[in-house]
Amino acid sequence: MSDLVGIVIVSHSKDIAKGTADMVRQMVGSKIKVAFCGGNPDGGLGTDVSGIIQAIDIAWSPKGVVILVDLGGAETNSEMAVEMLRPERRDLVVVCNAPIVEGAVMAATEAAGGSSLEQVRAAAEELSAG
Amino acid sequence: MSLEPETFKSLVRAAADQVIASAPELTALDQAIGDGDHGANMKRGFEAVLGKLEVIGAQPLDEALKTIGRTLVMTVGGASGPLYGSFFMAVGDALSKKRLPEDLAEVFGRGVGAVSARGRSQPGEKTMLDVLFPVLETLKSEAGHPNLIERVRVTATEAAARTAPMLATKGRASFLGRRSVGHVDPGARSSCVLLHAVCDSLEVG
Repeated sequence: MSDLVGIVIVSHSKDIAKGTADMVRQMVGSKIKVAFCGGNPDGGLGTDVSGIIQAIDIAWSPKGVVILVDLGGAETNSEMAVEMLRPERRDLVVVCNAPIVEGAVMAATEAAGGSSLEQVRAAAEELSAG
Repeated sequence: MSLEPETFKSLVRAAADQVIASAPELTALDQAIGDGDHGANMKRGFEAVLGKLEVIGAQPLDEALKTIGRTLVMTVGGASGPLYGSFFMAVGDALSKKRLPEDLAEVFGRGVGAVSARGRSQPGEKTMLDVLFPVLETLKSEAGHPNLIERVRVTATEAAARTAPMLATKGRASFLGRRSVGHVDPGARSSCVLLHAVCDSLEVG
């Protein structure tokens, strides 16, 4: 299972992050690794760079990891988290420009078929193109 | 401008104390045009910086600034964490090759550039850059001026106030569209608070 692209969900709300991850697991099963984080370090609404780094570790695959985010701060914090990874991992983690729930489901469906990191990202981002 | 280890430590302590003290004001500003967490986020970040003050005080200046940046990135928990964090990390990075006070504008400029890149934002969009850019201009145009500290303070105050009539096009406030007009930007205000604290501390020290 480690040869499938992993998925990380980053929301300002832990409930949204967990709920999105639950939906992904229900729709594509447990073939792929899905990790999530939501909320700030105090448990309120927000996003947390160290939490995102941990989620990337959990979802890690040699094929890479895609991150789905909700609002602006989640994107900024996710980009920051990617930059703080070990250099050999940085190029294998991408933040998708896609709606969080639909993007996560599309990415996971694509990843479950063994697609590459770029294919998984493109599947999620198709939703934003139209 | 002397930056002995003890001076730097007291400067960091003063800046952190000022940000923490301004948390209620930052929260009130953010409740008007954002999600109301800027005060609590900044307070959490700068409390973490205070918790590392001994470590920070024992480091060379460039490393100390990078530690402050990384601490803010890891603890602030909002978009302002990576923005302020990138500022301090870039300034620390620049300082390893530059000298103070003669390269101050260039070093500060590296930090401002990092914020602009991280937020993919430019001045005029009602963000902290609307304070940082005018201050950078003052540091350039008034370099070596005997009243530089006072000029920076005045620039920061006026620049933060000028964000009130601006229309937000970046960050959470942009969702409000026209309704963002009439409120000072919380990030511009927190930048102003930090700059004032640094100015005050340098004057005393």
